[in-house]
Amino acid sequence: MSTVPYGLRAKRRRAAPRAKRAKQALRTLGFLSPWLIGLTVFFLYPLLSTVYFSFMKYDGFTAPTWVGLKNWAYVLQDNPFFWPALRNTLWLMVVMVSLRVVFGLGVGLLITKIKTGAGFFRTLFFLPFLAPPVAATMSFVFLLNPGTGPVNTLLDTIGIEGPQWFNDPSWSKPSLTILALWCVGDLMVIFMAALLDVPKEQYEAADLDGANAWHRFRYVTLPNISPIVLFSVVCGVIATMQYYTEPLVAAKVASGVIGGSGQQFEPGYPEKSTLTVPQVIYNLGFQRFDTGAACVVALVLFVLAMAFTALLMRRRSGFLSAED
Amino acid sequence: MTDTTLAPVKAPAPTPRTETPAHRTAKRKAALEWVAVHSLAIAVGLFFLLPFVFVFLTAVMSDDQALTRDLWPKTWEWGNFGTVWETPGFLTWWKNTLLYAGLGTLLAICSSLPVAYALAKFRFRGRNVMMMAVIAAMMLPPQVVIVPMYLFWAKQLDLAGTLWPLIIPMGFGNAFTIFLLRQFLLTIPREYTEAAKIDGCGEFRTLIRVVVPMCKPAISAAALFHFFYSWNDYFGPQIYASENPAAWTLSYGLESFKGAHQTDWNLTMAATVLVMAPVIFLFFFAQKAFVEGVTLTGVKG
Repeated sequence: MSTVPYGLRAKRRRAAPRAKRAKQALRTLGFLSPWLIGLTVFFLYPLLSTVYFSFMKYDGFTAPTWVGLKNWAYVLQDNPFFWPALRNTLWLMVVMVSLRVVFGLGVGLLITKIKTGAGFFRTLFFLPFLAPPVAATMSFVFLLNPGTGPVNTLLDTIGIEGPQWFNDPSWSKPSLTILALWCVGDLMVIFMAALLDVPKEQYEAADLDGANAWHRFRYVTLPNISPIVLFSVVCGVIATMQYYTEPLVAAKVASGVIGGSGQQFEPGYPEKSTLTVPQVIYNLGFQRFDTGAACVVALVLFVLAMAFTALLMRRRSGFLSAED
Repeated sequence: MTDTTLAPVKAPAPTPRTETPAHRTAKRKAALEWVAVHSLAIAVGLFFLLPFVFVFLTAVMSDDQALTRDLWPKTWEWGNFGTVWETPGFLTWWKNTLLYAGLGTLLAICSSLPVAYALAKFRFRGRNVMMMAVIAAMMLPPQVVIVPMYLFWAKQLDLAGTLWPLIIPMGFGNAFTIFLLRQFLLTIPREYTEAAKIDGCGEFRTLIRVVVPMCKPAISAAALFHFFYSWNDYFGPQIYASENPAAWTLSYGLESFKGAHQTDWNLTMAATVLVMAPVIFLFFFAQKAFVEGVTLTGVKG
């Protein structure tokens, strides 16, 4: 029992916070300060700068001059790489992302069913995800090379003439897709965790109703994990927008034009089939020194990436919500 | 009627020694499923394993044999690894990669932890906006801001040709690290931090003394992710370091290695093995932390 009358206590409680609140604000600011600086210097400033340069002619050496929408017109009408890159990115978003999600889910399901040696299989299935992309891509260009590659050698022994893989414009994206399927470990782990979270009672109830394996998957598993499926699709789509290292290294190694050989590398070899949007930014900004046009492509990429991020944030509001 | 209701409930017959046909079919079905699941697992396992095997087998072939379609090495040329190791530059790439990955990771963790703590535990206006900024920055393709960023580092600070433009920003919070740590910090009950405060700890001391020991698994997962990210990064070193071979990293140098050894698949694959090996080695030490980290990003949202 407190001796302080109720009214007085309430007053004291109200009076104290003003100084305290200022202190708290300062404390919050202190904790957030690294990120506030980082956000401003490495995110907001360059973003505004990108918008600024998209209206400028600038080669990095002479002073920038205002050209209005000329860069936009150039990129959308005359640049030979922009539209092929966008088309390739769309292809990868549709085919590569969906195959990866389906394969990741399948492998995740398989892992949960394995009774003997589950730990071994889990590690094995996950391991390729860790292979550095440059190393993994070079390995696959070797494995799939039409001359001495093991894959075509094996196909030969069973009487199939293997395709030209990374050297054929219609096979280069499927080859990249095979590489992406090999590195499916991240999705496998995410799906595995989601599958283990499905309530057991629901499967028991389904069994009582006489459900077969497909029914169990369709009416119990899938509804339970559908938020995770959506999450993986959206994250995959966003990751596809920055897909850069694998197609570039594959094209360079497969075309044989790399590392100071003096030859000019043909972007997107073969026949622009592996060109992606980030490669266009690199080509414009760092090979042709056309800063303005590079920034236009960067802004297109920014708008696309943010649209999908907004979708993700709306669907997974748990990303934002805190405990209170 | 009355008979049956009054009669003591018959206990189900004890499982007979001799199996009923129903039992047998159930057992056979389980055995069949075991065989089906494990054959499938082996088939899928081969898809994941064989690329490693072929890469390794080629890495130990002789120069002549690497030009043929042979799959199995006639002689085991372990010296290939030594040849790669002694290639001029290879050791420098190693050192650079360790510097980029090691120092970058250390900075990223130290600067991201307080931010993640504030976003998870403090109540303040604009917290949701800040969180959205973290997610947006995390999802933003690095290529969107690369042109002005390069101009900033190269023209204003004259740091082109070094890895510092990649390391210094890590001292100012890394969006993915902040996100990962914050997701974990949300799971720590408020009681722990409140108790520390009652004991007279300030927020910073609470973070160091109470929170950090509690989220060691999340910190190691975040550190691993960041280490792997820098180890594997190709785009960053290409932008900032390509003009200066002395600043190349393994990922970037590996590609030029192929250029210098155009037809020597054996040496190229030996170099590939040497770049992959440390990552895989590290994984076996920290498998649990790593898998937990992946799960944390996707499921606990």
